[in-house]
Amino acid sequence: IMSLFGEVPQATPVAVFKLSNDFKEDANPKKVNLGVGAYRTDEGQPWVLPVVKKVEKIIVADNSLNHEYLAILGLPEFRSSASKIALGEDSPAIQENRVGAVQCLGGTGALKMGAEFLRRWYNGNDNTKTPVYVSAPTWENHNAVFANAGFEDIRPYKYWDAEKRGLDLDGFLGDLESAPKHSIFVLHACAHNPTGTDPTHVEWMQVAEVMKRRKLFVFFDSAYQGFASGCLDKDAWAVRYFVTQGFEMFCAQSFSKNFGLYNERVGNLTIVARDSDNLKRVLSQMEKIVRVTWSNPPSQGARLVAITLNTPELFAEWWDNVKTMADRVLLMRASLQAKLQALETPGTWDHITQQIGMFSFTGLNPKQVEYMIKERSIYLMASGRINMCGLTTKNIDYVAESIHETVVNVQ
Amino acid sequence: MALLKSSKIISTVRVHPPLGALSIRASSWWSEVQMGPPDPILGVSEAYKRDTNPKKMNLGVGAYRDDQGKPYVLSCVRKAEAQIAAKKLDKEYLAIGGLGDFTKACAKLALGDNNEVIKSGRNITVQTISGTGSLRIGANFLSRFHTEARDVYLPKPSWGNHTPIFRDAGMQLKAYTYYDPKTCGFDFQGALNDISKIPEKSIIMLHACAHNPTGVDPRPEQWKEIANLVKKRNLLVFFDMAYQGFASGDIDRDAWAVRYFIEQGHNIVLSQSFAKNMGLYGERVGGFTVVCKDAEEAKRVESQLKILIRPIYSNPPMNGARIAATILNTPDLYKEWLGEVHGMANRIITMRELLVANLKKEGSTQNWQHVIDQIGMFCFTGLKPEQVARLTKEFSVYMTKDGRISMAGVTSGNVGYLAQGIHAVTK
Repeated sequence: IMSLFGEVPQATPVAVFKLSNDFKEDANPKKVNLGVGAYRTDEGQPWVLPVVKKVEKIIVADNSLNHEYLAILGLPEFRSSASKIALGEDSPAIQENRVGAVQCLGGTGALKMGAEFLRRWYNGNDNTKTPVYVSAPTWENHNAVFANAGFEDIRPYKYWDAEKRGLDLDGFLGDLESAPKHSIFVLHACAHNPTGTDPTHVEWMQVAEVMKRRKLFVFFDSAYQGFASGCLDKDAWAVRYFVTQGFEMFCAQSFSKNFGLYNERVGNLTIVARDSDNLKRVLSQMEKIVRVTWSNPPSQGARLVAITLNTPELFAEWWDNVKTMADRVLLMRASLQAKLQALETPGTWDHITQQIGMFSFTGLNPKQVEYMIKERSIYLMASGRINMCGLTTKNIDYVAESIHETVVNVQ
Repeated sequence: MALLKSSKIISTVRVHPPLGALSIRASSWWSEVQMGPPDPILGVSEAYKRDTNPKKMNLGVGAYRDDQGKPYVLSCVRKAEAQIAAKKLDKEYLAIGGLGDFTKACAKLALGDNNEVIKSGRNITVQTISGTGSLRIGANFLSRFHTEARDVYLPKPSWGNHTPIFRDAGMQLKAYTYYDPKTCGFDFQGALNDISKIPEKSIIMLHACAHNPTGVDPRPEQWKEIANLVKKRNLLVFFDMAYQGFASGDIDRDAWAVRYFIEQGHNIVLSQSFAKNMGLYGERVGGFTVVCKDAEEAKRVESQLKILIRPIYSNPPMNGARIAATILNTPDLYKEWLGEVHGMANRIITMRELLVANLKKEGSTQNWQHVIDQIGMFCFTGLKPEQVARLTKEFSVYMTKDGRISMAGVTSGNVGYLAQGIHAVTK
């Protein structure tokens, strides 16, 4: 019989996963994986947070818990405590009952739900032509999430200045000024992926002013709260500032990194609306979208996070675990920068310590990246992005030397 | 408009908010967002929760209950969880297609251990967000790659969520005759007639066993004729198997139709759910399988499924899949699971018999044979919407408008009350 799928072409693999695969198959004992964004200990191992282990035991021992369906929008105690994490416990918007949330499958799922909702309901009933702006560069899945949700016009906004290795504020503000009214902007709440470069408070205020004036939609992607500076509140400054400015907005939260719950797919789409009536209607429509996508979200991860956030001692322990991770990253940044300076590697390397979060945009070009992979078995993204968590006290010398050798020999 | 007004006010009012804030507060992005109607199935549970009648019964959503009316966590699930906890595994991302140990076992469960499809590697099975997620990925895949036809033919009636899922994926929905309200059974001739008219290459949805909502399944000889006709019409078969094991109590028996179709050369697509048969509802465990021409095609299809999955949720949740894989791959747990599924199916069969016996005791003269003939979690009572409304209002018995009840919500403790109610509204 002729196959119905005879014409289905082989798709190119998702880059970040192919990188991990290639790393796995590399036999070089000195190999280093600076690819996929997951935290690693100084032994180069995944780290299940001590507080998570504790709460898992609590869950397993609790015979009153079962595996029943969650509500369509998810576990209520998870949704509300997660939103509090983003907006602050004393957020006036929460007190005014105009904050709601949808428990989703990871940060990706939260972005997806927000995108689907916007396409149907944001500015009229058909937003397929409404422009969606994502930073240049951005997490490579942003584009696909919005395209898949039906948006036909996805554009870059200037963000990364390759020459000065920092934020292109003028370019960013310029794109905000020239974007069609009502355009949707995806903003990284902190620890920009992949550049690690965040606007300062003053710069955020400038962004907010333009967005308010030009009626642009604020869609925050918050995947690293706590992970950037080690302080949850500090990392949420931009999100909270925008709330004080009166925006109706979305914030897609991920608990993959800050809880180390990567594979349990724990995410939350926080919705800030004008008032509780608007919020209610928005949530009712979110339910419709959830129902045709996954019906209701997975319970394990949400339970874990909810118990942690709602139990003071556990919450404190979590905050501590988060700081442990952030501190190790900061240490690796400082070490790498110091070593490159000591080696007198050509170029400036201050951006390594100025950037924040899991990732660093090294500035290595594709040829140099290829050299690192092929000649030194050091795996990083073609963009020059490295995961700081892949660095350890044991491999940092090798990595620094390799960067040095690469920069000297390959242009 | 608000801006104009406030500029006029400024000169006369002493205290006023900053101009910018006033114009923002004046309107909402969401003013035109309509209130969505409650989900017809899940909405039933919400209404039930609000009811204060101590005798209330929730016969809405299909979640199994034990004879005390309590959720039932399978013993093999608890054991698997303990085993997993002891292993101290990490929480690293799964691959986009999910946990390998799970997907392999999932395919084997549906197709049979020694199935030629699995041996030749010509199936691709990905882990999905339970049955809904599986259907959605399937719908997206067909929408993108099955360009020959946009039409999906559902049995009449079908699970309420099938239509919105396929529609949202860009497909058109049509129906073929299935349920005969006169007999509360299968309208075999009606089905064949309609299927014979379905345009070639269209997609036909078949419920593998324990049809939802009717509980009416074709007999093997009827399946054979359907398979033959579907082949003649050159239709793409989409099997939805959400109740394997739950229908007859026997895993292999419930998968018979799926395996028969494959044997007959249909390269089917298949959705599986472990929500009911493993009681893993909230963990969202499911699989989506495409049976391809050969292993090479399976690889191409796999790559495209990943492209579809990534922008929705990146990769699936681990917990439930790990539990399911542990059970399926550990001989004593697997054996225990088969026993427990059998137990659940048996309790339901017993409740069916009890309900009919009680209806007779109440003095009902209606023919309730279909309650016993139907199979699986659901029973299509034959009650009309007005009767359902009365049953809910007067007896606090909650069910969907179409007269469907979840037998799983019936216990030896409440079956008498249910019979009373049904008799009262149908006499």
